Amino acid sequence: MEQLLNDFSPGLFVMQTVLLIGLIFLLVKFAWKPILNSLEDREKGIQDALDAAESAKKEMQNITADSESLLKEARAERESLLKEARELKEKILADAKEEAQKEGDKMIAKAQATIESEKKAAVADIKAQVATLSIDIAEKVIKDELSNKSKQQKLVDDMLGDIKLN
Amino acid sequence: MTKILRKPNLVLTTLFILLLNSSLFAKSDEGHDGAVDTKDEVGEYILHHIKDAHDFHLFSYTDSHGERKHVGFPLPVIVWSSKGLTTFMSSKFHHDDSGHQIVEANGTRFVKLHSKIYELEEGAEAISFDETHHPTNAHKVLDFSITKSVFGILLVGLLMFIWFAGLARQYKKKQIPTGFGRVLEPLVLYVRDEIARPNIGEKRYREFTGYLLTVFFFIWILNLLGLTPLGFNVTGQLAVTAALAIFTLIIYTFKGNKGYWGHMLWMPGVPYLIRPVLAIIEVAGAFLIKPFSLLVRLFANISAGHIVVMSLIAIMVTMKSEMGAVGATSLSFVLSFFITLIEVLVAFLQAYIFTMLSALFIGMAVEEHDHH
Repeated sequence: MEQLLNDFSPGLFVMQTVLLIGLIFLLVKFAWKPILNSLEDREKGIQDALDAAESAKKEMQNITADSESLLKEARAERESLLKEARELKEKILADAKEEAQKEGDKMIAKAQATIESEKKAAVADIKAQVATLSIDIAEKVIKDELSNKSKQQKLVDDMLGDIKLN
Repeated sequence: MTKILRKPNLVLTTLFILLLNSSLFAKSDEGHDGAVDTKDEVGEYILHHIKDAHDFHLFSYTDSHGERKHVGFPLPVIVWSSKGLTTFMSSKFHHDDSGHQIVEANGTRFVKLHSKIYELEEGAEAISFDETHHPTNAHKVLDFSITKSVFGILLVGLLMFIWFAGLARQYKKKQIPTGFGRVLEPLVLYVRDEIARPNIGEKRYREFTGYLLTVFFFIWILNLLGLTPLGFNVTGQLAVTAALAIFTLIIYTFKGNKGYWGHMLWMPGVPYLIRPVLAIIEVAGAFLIKPFSLLVRLFANISAGHIVVMSLIAIMVTMKSEMGAVGATSLSFVLSFFITLIEVLVAFLQAYIFTMLSALFIGMAVEEHDHH
């Protein structure tokens, strides 16, 4: 221990302290600070690049998912549109059919009514004509009969002859 | 030239070699020949090595005239003596470490004894010792010399500044560094993500990362430098590890929040009688045990590593008579090779542990406490 204390050199201690302080200050200013800053910048750059790649990947995934869902949606929409169109077509067809049926029925009914009334009119007309013709014929027959006296006489005689006088 | 300047490591190496060549000295040692042959000499050499030194000694050899030559370069000695600040080159001591070579500078006389500089008292012509080998007519001076350790600290500081300021400059132009920066970047990230962040917490780790990075690389590089044949032992100096530990102590003491002080001084959730006892333990833990564990662990591990490696290398000298030159050298090589591998691991481990524990202590001080 005494030997150790004897070997301890205060001068060397002072020199070491002074030189170490100088060395620390010089190195911190001219070496460690710029080195650590550059290393950190570089690490940050690498980290940023990695993060950017990661986010780009995620975005890509999002875009793919988006487009897929978009596609699905479009497909579904097409499907529904087609279905709607089909339904519309059927409805239109059904409506048209019904309308046509109604119209036809109406027309038929009208036609029947017209026919009925026409028939009635024709029958009435025929009746009138038959009456006129009958009167004319009767007139002509009567006129003719009346112009032949003997015949008239005979007729009267016949008629009188049929009558039984009781 | 500009092309060369862009390679700072090359410039540094060239400067180092130039410095070595220009001030290389190969002077003969007086008296003691300096060769290390016996067990006692080995022991002394190792203990001398783990101490700080005032000159940068690389190796010694004996030339053809039988003279002992030392190769290395001197470093400046800066001491605060009774006459004020005094400076001279360490070469004036002529490698003497026993207190016999007297250097006169600024009107005072200095000797070097066991890697410490003593100022001789007025009128003393030579150093004299008492029976426990303590000098009686000289006293220690405050020694701000550029010692081998200070040189190592400066060298590592310069290296770290060049490397990491270079890395910081690279980021201005590109996102991913090239060249040596590619090696440094994962280490910086390691300290930030494995030491600072988990121990301090996501919220506040940033403000302490600079300190932790500095300390981690400072200790690690100095530990590794200690394993080279240059023979640095900076992180094995108590003064250095003590300064490092006190830095951590100061940071967690001044950055500690209300919850930290509350838990230290008046622990909630325990009986009132126990609280003062706990407070004493906690205060001792925060101000003595924690920094002490930091400074002793690093100092002891690194010093012990140096002693073990050098002792194993010394087998080649000490076992020569028993095993023969080849046997002793092979054994020494194999053992020291594997221990050196382990020491490379320890160099990292101790830097990691020091930084990790500093981060942990800081984390405990700034942690947000739930209200009980």
